[in-house]
Amino acid sequence: MSTAVITPTPTARPRRLESLLRARELGIALAIIVVFGLTTLNNHAFAHASSIQQLLTGAALIALLGVGETMVIVTRNVDLSVGSVVGLSAYIVGDLFKHHHQMPVVAGFAVAIGLGAAIGAINGLVTTVARVPSLVVTLAMLYIVRGIDGVIVNGTTIDPGSIPQAFITFGYRSLLGIPWLAIIVAVVVAAAGYAMRSFRWGRDLYAIGSNPDAAALAGIPSGRRVFTAFLVSGALAGLAGALFLAIHAQVDVTGGIGYELSVIAAVVVGGVAIFGGSGTVLGAALGALLLNTINQALVATKISSFWNEAIAGALLLAAIAFDRWLSLRVARNLRSAEGAHRDL
Amino acid sequence: MTSDVATRTPGSRSDNVDGRRGRAALRGLLRWETALAGVLIATLIFGSSTSSTFLSSTNLFYIGLNMGEIAIMALPLTLIIITGEIDLSVASMLGLSGTVMGVLFSHGWPVWLAMAAALVVGALGGTLNGVLVAKLGLPSIAVTIGTLTLFRGIAEILLAPRTITGFPPSLTKIGVAPVPGTQVAYSAAIFLILAVIAGIVLHAAPLGRALVAIGLQREAAQFAGIRVNRIKFWLFVLSGVMCAFAGILFTLKNASVSYDAGTGLELNVVAIVLFGGVSIFGGRGTVVGVVLSVAIVGCLTQALTQRNVQPEVQNIILGVLLLISVVIPNGGEAIRRIRDRARRRA
Repeated sequence: MSTAVITPTPTARPRRLESLLRARELGIALAIIVVFGLTTLNNHAFAHASSIQQLLTGAALIALLGVGETMVIVTRNVDLSVGSVVGLSAYIVGDLFKHHHQMPVVAGFAVAIGLGAAIGAINGLVTTVARVPSLVVTLAMLYIVRGIDGVIVNGTTIDPGSIPQAFITFGYRSLLGIPWLAIIVAVVVAAAGYAMRSFRWGRDLYAIGSNPDAAALAGIPSGRRVFTAFLVSGALAGLAGALFLAIHAQVDVTGGIGYELSVIAAVVVGGVAIFGGSGTVLGAALGALLLNTINQALVATKISSFWNEAIAGALLLAAIAFDRWLSLRVARNLRSAEGAHRDL
Repeated sequence: MTSDVATRTPGSRSDNVDGRRGRAALRGLLRWETALAGVLIATLIFGSSTSSTFLSSTNLFYIGLNMGEIAIMALPLTLIIITGEIDLSVASMLGLSGTVMGVLFSHGWPVWLAMAAALVVGALGGTLNGVLVAKLGLPSIAVTIGTLTLFRGIAEILLAPRTITGFPPSLTKIGVAPVPGTQVAYSAAIFLILAVIAGIVLHAAPLGRALVAIGLQREAAQFAGIRVNRIKFWLFVLSGVMCAFAGILFTLKNASVSYDAGTGLELNVVAIVLFGGVSIFGGRGTVVGVVLSVAIVGCLTQALTQRNVQPEVQNIILGVLLLISVVIPNGGEAIRRIRDRARRRA
């Protein structure tokens, strides 16, 4: 959806549609810059390198979860279990480090990703094999995973002392001034974005979300694709759990609570249609960055941070209304160009 | 909405489902509610085996007290889900209405007036949801995630980080005393009355048939003369008012309110409604099922608490119940499908 080429010839219809959608990512990027600029005028410390690093780090987890969530939502499904998976994965990795202090850092990440992928696989299997709504399946999984987390945690806390230093440094170390976290997320966003734009299975996800019946008739293995989307979403949630542990250097039973709705909010602000079929992972990541920038801007300008949630909510509503207006316009353009027979 | 409907209606699958639904509807529904009743009896037996006082009146009071507000919010949500929409802002509205009531009360308003203002806020919040969903045609799941954040955010602006206490004891007694002469908590009694009304509206009134019709086939309902958007709008307003009412009860019960009251309860409410056999796709569901679901969750939680089971385990059980409630009705079909595929391959 976000093709790198813009040609100045607006005659070709697909291209115009594309540039409209492309404007979405541009629009969010502009919004981020505007918020950032206004805040910097008010408080010059906002543009310091450390402040920018904080912006990127703060948005990293939600952006990472947003990548998986985008893949799922594009297929007209939803994954509500990500917040619970973050909490469980963070605690289990922390617990492993606590008992096996010599465990290599890579192993910690592998366990986290594997655990998340396993839960994602269950989500995907139940959704596709039993053909039950993913909203219900992943809501149930939210409770089950949160419950398992509570039983395992059993009131304890993983504290910084029991996690190897090499792991924690992931949370704040940077490469050429860019936090490692942001680099990891950028790589994931780039890879997923490329796959969803250019790979066959990536395009299949959009086809399934646009029209499930047509996708099935076109021979797309819908079940397998949706399963893959849930698998990726779970695996990324597991990875996000490990990164959560690295950032906070501690975790208890409340880790990741409520993330699911923040992720969906960021994804929708980022232009992913909640009923599937359109949206990009880049948009989702930018949506997460925008919400976090506003959050930090409220702190920096000493407007009470109590305003944060209300603004995020209003922004989300505005984004949905804007999407609706956009899709109505696109539909009208298509209809006037190709006649009414096409749409009905 | 139009493009969305257009992509969905021509599917041969949905036609097929409707036909089968028509025939098996009554039988299938009956079976799910019967199953729930069985589960409830099993829960009661389990509870009684835990402690001999499980069926005592005190315990009954506490179960009602714990479930009352959630149950009250579940009723309008049931109607909304039956029309194929969803309202995730319920718990935030509970928190916002309690906050408004608390703030006004702390500014010296008479408590009755503060409660009335909380209800007005509920109506306004519901109107916002209703306008966005019914008038502008936006997807309710996204809209109400937005208003979930918005309502909670407004409550945060109004009240955080304070906590308001000092409500008149004549009102906060609903948190410690049952309705005089009975052992039923006030919120539970109100829920039961509202459930009867909701049951009559849904199952014995033209409006109820209209709700089911909207959930089954929105366009057909429209052509049959049902004012789909107007009904949806008023359902969201109703939901806002009821959740505000639940917020008032919640505040009085705890005799205090902070902006984060009831955070995260929306998913519990949704889970209870779905476990009660209401289809997330709309068009199917009964008030009896939801009432049974409330009773099961309330009794099970109480029994597990008395067994000193961690609250976390209760989460697992709720999740598994929810999963079972959707997988079992679809399980038979899935097995048939897999067998078909295996046969075709052979």
